[in-house]
This record gives sequence, structure tokens and C-alpha cells, in this order.
Amino acid sequence: MNGAAPIPDRLLERAPQMLRDALTGFLPEPWRWLVNAVIAMVLILAVFGLLFAALTLAERKILGRVQNRPGPNRTGPFGLLQPIADGIKTLTKEDIVPRDADHLLHFLAPVILLASAILAFAVIPYGRRLVAVDMDASILYFFAVGATTELAIFMAGWSSHNKYSLLAAMRALAQLISYELPLLLSWLPVVMLSGTLSATGVVAAQGSWKAGWFPAWNVFTPWGFAGFVIFMVAALAESNRSPFDLPEAESELIAGHLTEYSGCKYVLFFMAEYFGMTALSGMAVTLFLGGWQAPLPSLEFIPSYVWFAVKLIALLLGFIWIRATFPRLRIDQLTRFAWKFLVPLALVNLGTAAFWSLSAAWPGPLQLVRLAVAVLLVAGPFVLLGRRLSAGLAPRTYAYAP
Amino acid sequence: MMTALLIIISLATLTAAAAAMSLRNLIHSVLLLIGSWLGVAAFYLWAGAEFVAFAQLLVYVGAVSMVVLFAVLLTRRSRTDVAVAPDSLGRAFWAVLAAATVLCVLAYGVLKTHLPASAAPSAKVTVRDLGNLLMGPHAAALIVIGLILTVAMLGGVVIAATDAPGKKEDAP
Repeated sequence: MNGAAPIPDRLLERAPQMLRDALTGFLPEPWRWLVNAVIAMVLILAVFGLLFAALTLAERKILGRVQNRPGPNRTGPFGLLQPIADGIKTLTKEDIVPRDADHLLHFLAPVILLASAILAFAVIPYGRRLVAVDMDASILYFFAVGATTELAIFMAGWSSHNKYSLLAAMRALAQLISYELPLLLSWLPVVMLSGTLSATGVVAAQGSWKAGWFPAWNVFTPWGFAGFVIFMVAALAESNRSPFDLPEAESELIAGHLTEYSGCKYVLFFMAEYFGMTALSGMAVTLFLGGWQAPLPSLEFIPSYVWFAVKLIALLLGFIWIRATFPRLRIDQLTRFAWKFLVPLALVNLGTAAFWSLSAAWPGPLQLVRLAVAVLLVAGPFVLLGRRLSAGLAPRTYAYAP
Repeated sequence: MMTALLIIISLATLTAAAAAMSLRNLIHSVLLLIGSWLGVAAFYLWAGAEFVAFAQLLVYVGAVSMVVLFAVLLTRRSRTDVAVAPDSLGRAFWAVLAAATVLCVLAYGVLKTHLPASAAPSAKVTVRDLGNLLMGPHAAALIVIGLILTVAMLGGVVIAATDAPGKKEDAP
């Protein structure tokens, strides 16, 4: 790499912005800003819309493989055109609204849900220079727009004028509220130790190398690892993914608050679920996995947005893998898990992060003590709480029929 | 431009609030109330207070709205079960009195506050400044508020918890 240009100035790093400036550079200032913003919006919608289509196909294919069946393979080569066929099918389906439904709210619920999911994409830094809106409080913004999800689900359940929808919506709200807390608590240490609420700032804080080659990502510290796991579990629950997909347990609850939805609106709900999952994964990459940073100094020649995409897709595939592996929880197990396990762990994790930050300057061999204490602070509560949670219940004994 | 935006935001907020008070369907009222909270968040954004705006969104639209909705749903038997007339004259009197007291306190507070006539272009306040202020000069107030909220939450849990012995089939 000797003699090469510094990384931020390489051609591929600058390419997206050069392209944009070539398109809009001639415009006078307020118009240029406006057109740039519109380009960012269109790009985000196009990229994540396509990712949504690819994700549905990947999910069905992988689930099929895990369950020892081929998955969709009739539409196009290897079933690659399946998302298009699905799209045409759902768009042309009849949209049935119950007679007694609250028509306006019934219509607004999927729209609000999807809008809030899309809004969250605005602040994620996709690359060294690729962030649509860079704000001082962008992480707070991300979780604030996510808060409208609960409202949309309530509107969907209530406006359907169906007791199953309403009951399921209440259960969904109980779940979302329960997991909101560990979700918010899990990223607090990141903000505490980075000293900033801006997503770009958090990524920049993870930009150094330890001993010249080891990435200083948050996930590689004891508190960061615990925070990452808590964040991902809470993200699974917040985006209604299996094993926390109780709100629309299609095989048991007649799809919960989605009972009275059909056709295009039903797909909007699904789109919002996948968008929410993608946005939360993107935020997890930003907060814990070093954002767009390369994992090794020698790999920095690959542009930053490629690294972000690799990490994002890895997390999304992890979501699908988890869905294929774990059975669905029961509602009481679900809330108990959040309140008695994740919330205390996240609170302890705040203390661990504080200790890690305050002991950063300990000399030489004391660093090993620091590491040991931090690992103990993470693993100890995990074991103790886990034992209390499953006391008298696990390991289960099964009696087989003679 | 900015003034026009302010007028639009305040009109939308006040309209939503007024509609929330006049509607007979309680759920619609709550949703409109949430709409007016959104308007307040928009106002904070207009005033350049990003952090306060997003906190308003997170706390009011995300959390307080759920408390209100649950309260409405758990206390009404059907969606038409709305008492319009007051229970008795005494209750109406006390309700009006309480509302008038709150109004007087708020009006007094608003009128007594000295607002600079022309807001000087203030320096950009970052989240870091806010944090330093909250943890430094205003730490006592923050701790007291946190304590009060914790006590309120514990009280709520104690009132709501029924200490019935669990049945065997309820075990996880």
C-alpha cells in the first residue's frame, strides 16, 4: 500500500459522491440540496426494496434447505423470479375491508408502519461518505421513529373490529413494550463510551486498530459482546421474527392483528417487518460491528460500503438461520425472558461498560485482571440469572410412552 | 418561510388537540392526542432542539400513548360506552375547579416568563452540552425526578400485582 492515496481519497470510496456531484453539480444551491436529498431517498428505497425481494427469496430457499425440501424452484431459473411473481399476485389480489372496520385507521395502519420503518434508514452510515442525514442525535432519532410501530399495530388490531385482532394487537404491544427496554439499554454503553449520539461518530470511535491489526469494534469488548447479543435478541422480538413471532403466529393465532388484512395491505405489513429487520441489523452493524470499517488493515482497499453490505447480509442470514432453528416461545415465557433476564443483564452491562472505560489506563499485567473482571461481570450475571429463570424447569425430563 | 412553518405546525397541533376533545370515540380522541404530541415534537424540531424532539417522540408517541390506549381499552366495555354527561353536579364542580387550577398555574407560568423579543442566533447546542448540563448543574433535579418516577412505578406494580399462588399448569 506504500505510495497509494490515503484510503478516504481512493477512487472507489469517492465514486458514489463523484457520480452524484456530476449529476447535480450544475444546479444552484437550494435546488442542489433538494435534488441530492431526493436522490438519497430514491436510492435507499430502490436498494432496500430490492434487498427485501431478494431476502424473501433467500429466506424461503434457506428455510426449504434447512427443512430438507427444495423451496421455490418453479418461477424462472432456480426460482429466481419468485419475488416478482409474489409481487404481481399480491398487487392484483382483492383488498377486503370488513364492513364494520374503521376504514381510515384500517388504511393508515400499514402505511404508518411502513413509513416509520423506511424513515429509520435515513441515519445509518452505509459507507465512509454515505449517510443520508447526519445528525447530532441520529441514534436517538432511529429509535424514536421506531416507536411509532406500536401505534400502527394497535391501529391495525383495533380498526379491524375483530376480537381476535384486538387481543392479538394487545399481546403484540405487550411484547414490543417489553423488548423496547432491553433494546434501548443495550446500546446505551456504546453511546456512553463513544461520547456521542451520532451514528457516524460511533463508527468513527471504532475506527482504530489495537496492536496494529485487531479492530477496535465494540463487539470485541466484554460489555460490547453482551450488548450485541442483547441487542440482537431484542431486535428479533421487535421485528416480530421467529422465535418471537407471536404477534402473527400464523399457524396458531390466525395471524393476529393481520387477520382482517388482505392483498396489498398485508404485503405492506410484511415489507415493514423486513425493512424493520434490515434497519435494526444496520444499526447493530453500526453500533457494535464497526459500521463500514474493514476487519483488517490490509483489507481496507475494499470500499467501505461493501464491508457494510457484507456485515448487514451476514446478520440478515443469521436472522433467517435463527428462524429455521428455534421453536416459537409462549407469551408468558416471552415477557418473563425480557423482564427477568434481558433487562437485568442490560443494566449490569452498563456497570461493566463503566468499569471497562474507567480501567482503560491500568498498567501492564493489570490489563489481564481488567479483562478477567469484565468477563466475570458479563458471564456471572448471565449464569446466575439463567439458573434462576429456569430453576426447577430445566433440564426437562421427558417420559416416553412405554 | 420559518414563520409560515411555525403557523402550520401550531395550527395542526391545536386542531388535533381540539378534535381530540370534541370527538365521542375515545380511541379516535387518543389517536388525535398522539397527533398533537407529534405536532409538539415537530415544533421542537422547528426550534432546532433535535434531542428534545426525538425524546418527545420516544417518550410520548412511543410509551405514554400506549399507557393511555391500554387505560382506555381496559376500562371501557364497548366502543360506544362513553359517558357524556357528568355523574353528578358535585363531580362536575370539582372537575371544572381542577381544570381551572391547572389552567391558572400554566397561564401564570407562561405570563411570568420573560421571553427575549428577538431571539439572537444562539450557538448550536449539541447533545454533549445537554448531557453536561444535566449531569452537572441540574444533576440534583435529574436524580429527584428519577426517584419520583421509580417510586411511582414501584407503587403501580404493587397496586397491580395480585399475589395469588400460581397454579401448576401456569408454570413455564
